[in-house]
Amino acid sequence: MTMSVSRSAVMARAATLRPTRPSFAWTGEDSLRVACATALMLPLLLLAVFFGAALLDAWPRLNLTFLTSMPSRVAEDAGILPALAGTAWLLVLTALLAIPLGVGAAVYLEEYARPGRMTRLIEVNISNLAGVPSIIYGLLALEVFVRAAGMGRSVLAGACTLALLLLPVVITATREALRTVPTTLREAALGLGAERWQVMWRVVLPMSLPGIITGVVLSLSRAVGETAPLIMVGALGYVAFVPTSVQSAFTALPIQIFNWISRPQAAFHSNAAAAMVVLLLLMLALNALAMLVRRRVQRAAAH
Amino acid sequence: MGSSSPVEQVTGLLLLACACVSVLTTVGIVAVLLTESADFFAVVPLRRILLDTQWTPLFADQHFGIWPLVGGTLLTTACAMVVAIPLGVASAVYLAEFASPPVRRALKSLLELLASVPTVAFGYFALMMVTPTLQQLLPGVSSFNALGAGLMMGVMILPIIASLSEDAVFAVPSSLREGSYALGAGRVATIFRVVLPSAASGIAAAIILGISRAVGETMIVAIAAGQQPQLTADPRQAVETMTAYMAKVSMGDTPAGTLEYRTIFAVGLCLFTMTLALNLVAHHLRRRVLKGTMG
Repeated sequence: MTMSVSRSAVMARAATLRPTRPSFAWTGEDSLRVACATALMLPLLLLAVFFGAALLDAWPRLNLTFLTSMPSRVAEDAGILPALAGTAWLLVLTALLAIPLGVGAAVYLEEYARPGRMTRLIEVNISNLAGVPSIIYGLLALEVFVRAAGMGRSVLAGACTLALLLLPVVITATREALRTVPTTLREAALGLGAERWQVMWRVVLPMSLPGIITGVVLSLSRAVGETAPLIMVGALGYVAFVPTSVQSAFTALPIQIFNWISRPQAAFHSNAAAAMVVLLLLMLALNALAMLVRRRVQRAAAH
Repeated sequence: MGSSSPVEQVTGLLLLACACVSVLTTVGIVAVLLTESADFFAVVPLRRILLDTQWTPLFADQHFGIWPLVGGTLLTTACAMVVAIPLGVASAVYLAEFASPPVRRALKSLLELLASVPTVAFGYFALMMVTPTLQQLLPGVSSFNALGAGLMMGVMILPIIASLSEDAVFAVPSSLREGSYALGAGRVATIFRVVLPSAASGIAAAIILGISRAVGETMIVAIAAGQQPQLTADPRQAVETMTAYMAKVSMGDTPAGTLEYRTIFAVGLCLFTMTLALNLVAHHLRRRVLKGTMG
C-alpha cells in the first residue's frame, strides 16, 4: 500500500471539489472546527494554568539552599539534595544497563534475526511489555532484584527496575534509527569483505548513533518521572544522606514529591511544588538535549 | 553461517541474549505473580475473594473481597474516559482534518510534551487544584475523591487517545472523502458519516489502550483518590484502586512472606490480567485496521 499523494495536495484538491460558499457565512463546518480545536486546547490551557499556580506556590522555596539541603521535619529548612542525588544515580545506572541491552536487542532484531517463530515471539513480547503497567514491573523487581538477587532496597535495584521498564522504548527507538541506514551501505561493506559485526561497528551503528542517542535520552527523561515502580522497590520517603554506592538506600525526586504531597501541612505542599518544578526542568533539559541532537543531525544530513 | 568467524558467532549470540532479556522479563512477571498468588490462594480460597464485598487485609478482621478495589479502579477509569474519549477523538479530528501542516506539527509536539509530564505532577494537580475547585462547584466532594483523580487521569491519557486516533483518521483513504464530496456531502457530513465510521476500529483500539493505561495508573490515584476501599458508584467519595493499594502496602512495613504481603501479588495478578486482556483486544483491532488498508 502506498500513500504517494501528499496530504496537503489531497486537502487542496478536496477544497476545490467542495461546493463554494460565501466566505463570511458561519457554517456547521466552522462550528465543528472550533469545537475540535477547543477540545485540543482546553486541557493544554488548563495545565498551563495549573503549572502557573504551582510555580507561584513554589517560587519562595526555589533557591540554592533548597537544592543543597537535606530533608527536614521543618518544611522551611527541607531540601532535595538526597532526592537529586538519588535521581542522578538512577539516571546513570539505568542508562548503563538499558543502553547496551536495548541497543543489542534492537541490532539483533533489525540486522541478525531471520524471520521466524523466535523473532516473531520476541517482537510480540516487546510490544506487549510496553503495555504492562509500571507498578507490575515494581512487583517483579521486588521479588527478583530486591529479594532473590539480594540487592535489597538499593539504588541498584531501582536502576535495574527502570532499565527493564525502558527496554521496549529503547528497542523501538533504536530499531527506527537503524532502519534509516540505507541497505546499499551495508551491501557495500559486505561486498568489501567485512563480516556482519564489522558492518555493525563501522557502518551501521556510527550512522544511526544520533537517532539512537535521541531515543535513549527521551526514554531516560521519562524514567526520571517514574514513581510507582520505585515505591514498590522500596525507595524511601525520608532519606538524610546522599547515596555513596550502588548498594545505598535511596530516594528520588518523584518519591520526595509524593512524600511531601502526602503530608497535611501546606508548607510541605509548597516544597512538593518546588521539587516538581525542579523535576520538570530536569526533564525539559533532557528533552531539549534530545531535540538538539536530532536537529544537529538533520542539519548535517542536509549538507 | 558455516564460514563465519568466532567473533561473528559470539556477537550474534550476545545480541540474541540481549533480545531474550525482554522475553525473560515477561516470563519473570508471570512467574512472580503466579507463584506468590498461588501461596495466597492456598490460604484464601477464591470464594472469599469473589463473594465478599469488603477488603480489609490489614485489619484484625481480615476480609479479602476484591470488588471494592476493582470498583475503585473502574470508577476512576470511568471518570478519566468521560474526559479523554470526547476530547481525544475531537483533538484527533482537528489534527487530521482541519489543522494546517505547521499548526499540526506544533500541536503534536505539544501533545508529546503533555504525554511526558510525570504522573506525580498530575497527582499534585488533582489534589491541590482540581479537588478544591470541585468542592466549590459540587456539594459533598470529599478531600480525596475519585472524580478529581479521574478527571486529571483523563488529561493524562488524552495524548495517547488523540495521537492513536489521529493515526486512524489519517489512514482513511482520501478517495473515500472525495467520493463523499462528489456525492454533494459537506465536510461535516463527510467527517461524521464517512471518515469517523471508517476509522472506528482504530479509534476503538486507541480508546481501549487508553483504558488500559488508566487501569494501571498508580500515582494520580494514590495521591488524590484516597485509601478507602469501598464499593461505591459516587465519584465524589474516596475510593482505593488496585494500584493505590499495592503502593500503600509496599510503603508500609509489611514483612515479606506474610499473607498481607502476598495480597499485593494477588491484586497485581488481577491488574495484569485486566490490562493484558485490554491490550490484546486493542492489538487485534489495530491489526484489523492494518489489514483493512492493505486490501
